[in-house]
Amino acid sequence: MEMSGGSRLDPYVDRYAARTHGMTTSEIRALFAVANRPEIISMGGGSPFVSALPLDVIAEMTSKLIAEQGAKALQYMGGQGDERLRELICGVMALEGISASPDDVVVTVGSQQALDIVSRIFLDPGDVVIAEAPSYVGALGTFTQYQADVLHVTMDDAGLVPAALREAIARVAREGRHAKFLYTVPNYHNPAGITLVEERRDEILAICAEAGLLILEDNPYGLLGFDGPPLPALRSRVSEGVLYLGSFSKTFAAGVRVGWVLAPPGVKEKIVMASEATTLCPVALSQYVVAEFLAHHPWQEQVKVFRELYRVRRDACLEALTASFPAGSSWTRPAGGFYVWVTLPEGVDAKAMLPRAIQGRVAYVPGIGFYADGQGQRNLRLSYSLPEPERVREGVRRLAGVLADELDIVTTFGGRPAPEAAS
Amino acid sequence: MSDLGHVLVLAGGVSFEREVSLSSGRRVADALMQLGVDVELVDVDAHLLPRLANDPPAAVFVAVHGVEGEDGALRDALDLSGVPYVGATGSAARLAFDKAVAKAIAGRAGLPTPASVALQHAAFRDLGGAMLLDRVVERLGLPLVVKPARGGSALGVSVVRTAAELPPAMVGCYSYDSVALVERFVTGVELAISVIDDGADGPVALPAVEIEALSGTFDYAARYTAGMTEYHVPARLDPALAAAAADVAVTAHRALGLRDLSRTDVIVTSDGRIEYLETNVSPGMTTTSLLPLAAAAVGRDLGTLCRDLLQQAAIRGRSAPGAPV
Repeated sequence: MEMSGGSRLDPYVDRYAARTHGMTTSEIRALFAVANRPEIISMGGGSPFVSALPLDVIAEMTSKLIAEQGAKALQYMGGQGDERLRELICGVMALEGISASPDDVVVTVGSQQALDIVSRIFLDPGDVVIAEAPSYVGALGTFTQYQADVLHVTMDDAGLVPAALREAIARVAREGRHAKFLYTVPNYHNPAGITLVEERRDEILAICAEAGLLILEDNPYGLLGFDGPPLPALRSRVSEGVLYLGSFSKTFAAGVRVGWVLAPPGVKEKIVMASEATTLCPVALSQYVVAEFLAHHPWQEQVKVFRELYRVRRDACLEALTASFPAGSSWTRPAGGFYVWVTLPEGVDAKAMLPRAIQGRVAYVPGIGFYADGQGQRNLRLSYSLPEPERVREGVRRLAGVLADELDIVTTFGGRPAPEAAS
Repeated sequence: MSDLGHVLVLAGGVSFEREVSLSSGRRVADALMQLGVDVELVDVDAHLLPRLANDPPAAVFVAVHGVEGEDGALRDALDLSGVPYVGATGSAARLAFDKAVAKAIAGRAGLPTPASVALQHAAFRDLGGAMLLDRVVERLGLPLVVKPARGGSALGVSVVRTAAELPPAMVGCYSYDSVALVERFVTGVELAISVIDDGADGPVALPAVEIEALSGTFDYAARYTAGMTEYHVPARLDPALAAAAADVAVTAHRALGLRDLSRTDVIVTSDGRIEYLETNVSPGMTTTSLLPLAAAAVGRDLGTLCRDLLQQAAIRGRSAPGAPV
């Protein structure tokens, strides 16, 4: 088999759409493939601790569900999602102060699908999305696939900085460009672990309303606060101008892939049509399982169980960081959710250090992935949600050892910033 | 069903090339299965040795890449377990896997190789980083390529075009390995030449695969994303040069004491010099890997090739029990 003219091993390589050009495998993907091995304490992925669910109860419930309602649960359904579940979702959102009608809710395959649909119906190539710095990597990936440009806005310990948001909006206007929405995770931010303080929420809403900027409020962690009742969502304060994304991935089970979007009626219609074009309907069986769990089981007690165990793990993580991390590093102190955002000492590149960490049997996500503009070299995200508290402590201790070795190397070579790697 | 008996394909492990290895392993196992071989794909973990003891296979195909598959330890463990396997012995793999050692052995066998220096991090700490790097640049010139001495798939490799880029490249490299190979960057036609030794004729080179990375650098993405690299088999070379390149690969295979299969990477410079870079004792077997491409170019089915090598390993095991197999 002589290949005259050479072969690129993919006969379709010249036919792909322009939006696929960034879809390549990467060194980071290779490293994460190792991180899932049991020998390694992975503080990388934001996986919920689903082992805390009453699995036997869910098994029995699902079995009964299929026996009694299988003809519906295993059938297609409407693209907007099961009406009973949408009613129950409105009850969930009411805990965060949102008053909504089931007619305005669209069930999606995780809130990730909602991100995709919202991007599809709003973003043209070259549009601008304004987002916190840093931002959820899965959202950035979606915006990039729709060929939008992301403009990051600074956060401080109190969340998104209003003055920085004003400046970003003005900058986009000066450049004659079109910002389509602000993407924000106001509660227990992924990856930053920061919560937008109460005092800033109305101001952020006012700034966006004044600029005609839609807000995409992504709130998967809102019920997982450690210090009191849930904070009222941005959407609870206004009925227009906010698309609200919710998810059962963190409060029930990520594997059921059930999320939702609450949208104004016109937008909702487009979301339903776009969703039908992708999946026909969200997964019926998963919707029935979630609805059963919400309707017939003390699900809020289950959320309390999750909150408590994540609080213990957060404490373990912070204590271990305080005990073992060197001067020059700092980290956020999340009041809920899954993540601590760490800033490493000057000169240390978290991405370059990852292979050393994996050899040290601990994994994290380098900060650079949470920016669309190359920031975050000195940052990393630690997720404390999945490992048991002792493993969280051990993971941070291991990472401190790795960091000490890396600092030794960096000091030897003068701590200059990393160049673009060959791979 | 083949008369080979039950065989294992080992893949995965905890090396950085785990994903590539799993992909290689699946492809080899599938190819063997299509021939009716009783084959099982097995990850390398704490369950492996008890399993080998309780249910010894006829032979093992090592598709583990990176430190775990190529530094010799796994192969030594297989020898200690009395399980025959395809490929180099532990001691030979250990020499070949270390690029600095392999270059020295190849050099002694008369093969030109780019000027280089292998440096432990401790040397920089003890002798002073900045000064030592200045000497490296003075001696080798620019551009340079910095590679982990032990590693594969271009992980941790940086091309350095200015002196200022060298320190961070060293930092990135040391995250993968404690020894960095700093080598003069040689431009030219990049070739990968696979060597197969499955018969009485001794090691034989398959047609060279010419690698044309469309981004200009044959990095991790270019290696494993179909479409990013153009491969020419056989390489677009003058036949005499192609034969000389094949000789380099066979010479390296022999000089390093390898057996069964290997893949040697070389650069052919514009003035026709063949520069030896490295030899891989566990070549990739993925859909974008180079040994399967070369084998296909001469009509050799991957499954048949792997089965023959397993058969050879099994016979070796039966004929010399207790010896490295």
